[in-house]
Amino acid sequence: MRLGNALLASLLLLPAALSAADLVVYSARNEQLIKPLFDRYRADTGVEIQFLTDKEAPLLARLQAEGARTPADILMTVDAGNLWQAAQLGLLAKVDSPVLSANIPAHLRDPDSRWFGLAVRARTIVYNTGSVTSSELSTYADLAQPQWKGRLCLRTSKKVYNQSLVATMIASEGPQATEAVVRGWVANLAAVPFASDDEVILAVGSGRCAVGIVNTYYFGRLKRTETDLPVAIFWPDQGAGQRGVHVNVSGAGVTTHAKHPEAALKFLEWLSAGEAQGIFAGSNLEFPANPAVAADPFVAAWGEFRQDSVNVAESGRLQTEAVKLMDRVGYR
Amino acid sequence: MTTLADTPAPWRRRSARGRDWQLLALLLCLPTCVPLLAAALAWTHEDAATTSHLLEHVLPLASANTLWLVLGVVLGSTLIGTTLAALVALTEFPGRQFFSWALLLPLALPGYVMAVALIGLFDYAGTIPSMLRAIGFEAYWEFRSLGGLTLTMVLALYPYVYLVARQAFASQGLRAIEAARALGMTSSMAFFRASLPLARPAIAAGALLVAMETVADFGTVSAFNVDTLTSAIYKAWFSLFSIDAALRIAGVLLLLVLALLVIEARGRSQQGFTSVGANPVKALPLARRGLWASAFCGVIFAVAFLLPLTRLIWLAAPHYLQIDHRWLGFAANSLLLGLSAAAICVLVALLLALAVRERQGIATRSAHRLATLGYGLPGALLAVGLYLPFARASSWLADQFQWDIALHGSLGLLLLAYMVRFTAVAQAAVDSALARVRPSLVEAARTLGVRGWRLGARVHAPLMSGGLITGAVLVFVDTMKEMPITLMMRPFGWDTLATRVFELTNEGLWAQAALPALAIVLVGLLPVWWLQKRTAA
Repeated sequence: MRLGNALLASLLLLPAALSAADLVVYSARNEQLIKPLFDRYRADTGVEIQFLTDKEAPLLARLQAEGARTPADILMTVDAGNLWQAAQLGLLAKVDSPVLSANIPAHLRDPDSRWFGLAVRARTIVYNTGSVTSSELSTYADLAQPQWKGRLCLRTSKKVYNQSLVATMIASEGPQATEAVVRGWVANLAAVPFASDDEVILAVGSGRCAVGIVNTYYFGRLKRTETDLPVAIFWPDQGAGQRGVHVNVSGAGVTTHAKHPEAALKFLEWLSAGEAQGIFAGSNLEFPANPAVAADPFVAAWGEFRQDSVNVAESGRLQTEAVKLMDRVGYR
Repeated sequence: MTTLADTPAPWRRRSARGRDWQLLALLLCLPTCVPLLAAALAWTHEDAATTSHLLEHVLPLASANTLWLVLGVVLGSTLIGTTLAALVALTEFPGRQFFSWALLLPLALPGYVMAVALIGLFDYAGTIPSMLRAIGFEAYWEFRSLGGLTLTMVLALYPYVYLVARQAFASQGLRAIEAARALGMTSSMAFFRASLPLARPAIAAGALLVAMETVADFGTVSAFNVDTLTSAIYKAWFSLFSIDAALRIAGVLLLLVLALLVIEARGRSQQGFTSVGANPVKALPLARRGLWASAFCGVIFAVAFLLPLTRLIWLAAPHYLQIDHRWLGFAANSLLLGLSAAAICVLVALLLALAVRERQGIATRSAHRLATLGYGLPGALLAVGLYLPFARASSWLADQFQWDIALHGSLGLLLLAYMVRFTAVAQAAVDSALARVRPSLVEAARTLGVRGWRLGARVHAPLMSGGLITGAVLVFVDTMKEMPITLMMRPFGWDTLATRVFELTNEGLWAQAALPALAIVLVGLLPVWWLQKRTAA
């Protein structure tokens, strides 16, 4: 009986509970990374935030289906591609915010101001310190050269981070040159592409391969627990005229049918500066999007690097092309 | 259940009661039709660029992999599950009591968790090859391959066959074998000629569950980065932004599942009835060969459960401080959902099975089959296929009639989705239990004036209790592990143990994710333990 009552109560009461929220966030960024910020914001401003986490695609489908009746005020993702897609589908509203424009560099936000990067995820090269010296490394494209045959490890092409890497390469180098590079990577693989960045780093550490391409925060996390892992970071494409290190963003936008658009914008502005920036990026060992905010000391110790200045929106615009390219050359 | 139609049933007439049953059956399979219709409608949308790309570069390998995988996993699970079930139910060997329930435990491990645990042990950079290299042994077998994936899925899924087959063997007892031996056969001949054929419908039902689970699996195949039709569906949707192309491939997947259903129906076609007797015959002692039986059960138990469990504990141990008061809520929510889903699915499966018995014909039989198709669809696609129409319908109702029922985001829709997904799981056990209830017995009770609910409570329930409980346990454990539907349909602020696993694995925090995964195992053990007490009593 008690079970029945509990069920009945939750069937009837939940919509009421939701209406008590001052702000509703749909987030592909995980609970443990956003909840501390929501709690902090409530402590500072008294604003109550409700949130729902899921993968990007189901969240987009949900937003789309709910249409004008969606309870969501903000959509938050961990890559620019899905924000771009959300904007394409008309799910995000254009906002006019001098604060956000000043705090977030132009290449890390939508040119039409529908979404904004809030933390930077750098995808870079890692190498085995026993078998490779940093002077042998130069660019992403160089990993397609024959001297890396049987020495390269990559994560699966199904992961959006690799799709963005290839998409932005298409944006700066063109499709032919990019296809040649990715074909070369596939020819150099030491093992079937891995399911996670962690596995790539561990494979590099075990000596199965010499080099790999991963997001820096995975490297940071592993290094914290396994300090003697013989793996180090290299920042590629730093020379004059080269593209710089590929970056993606964790970001957010205000939804088209937001019920609390002003409150939503205020929250995004709060996230884009000061301590909130530090927490947002630092909790996951990412880099703050706002250049005025210093990175976590553990992260800063990996050294300065120049980011690819191509707009991260390109990773959305060219994602489909990138995926097809990787399928064509047999990058699994 | 096809064969029920062939059994002589002179007392059955197309009565008003029969029509009610038909209506009920159609009503019960209606929710399943919603996502199926969405998949069918996708064929009317043209997305030529995506489709032709997938056809040329993705689907050939994905189809071949899917076929090999289903074949390998079904064969492996059936072989292992049936052997274990026969040993435990029919013979006596050292440790039989323990293995009888211990062999069910891998059920509580989500497939993707087992995959990551085993990869962490057997991959090149993993624990075991690293240790071997340290002592100079360089040979290495690539574990992240179709072979390794098949092995992992066999270990994760054999309990479905084991549980259903064990119940079938146990209800036969040794009567079939002894009858055959009386005719001059050896024990093993008697097993293959008498016992096994009688258990075949149950084994086929278990194998079908394994096949559907394999076809729809995304988590395990992703961990191994093997391309299947399901991973192609996700590629179309997540990477190529084309949900229509995803639904199209899902349509192909459903055809494959339909083919499996037909094969299984043929596998059942010579089904006979076995009454549940109250004369348990003593198990067959295996003498010295019994040690081989113990060893076989021990190896399966160790690789399928002990090894991944140890790895999980090892990963989770440094993070145990993360357990706080919220975890009680996660576990309570998981339990609440699991129990509700189990009750609903078993009830639906029972009603559908009774409908087929009460009202012969293509309508009830189709409804009975249709209701299981939700198990063959990838979870996230099923979630979207259900959620979208409901969200649109409730928006429409609100616009037209200001009737704001907020249907979506409530537990009701979540439970409905579980029903669509897991009715198949309950059906495997419930159908074979109902097959053992003789229609003549029910009719006799009816002539004595027992009708309606009391007929169910006094006649069916006692005779079918084993099957109903087995079905409930399977649904409970499956619901505990379910991720994509729970994520999409859960109300705001509602977290379960499975959504905790998602939060952590989505960012690659596997060590931390081991903690909620262990909690799923622990909570999932409760009903397995309870089932054992029930069936052993």
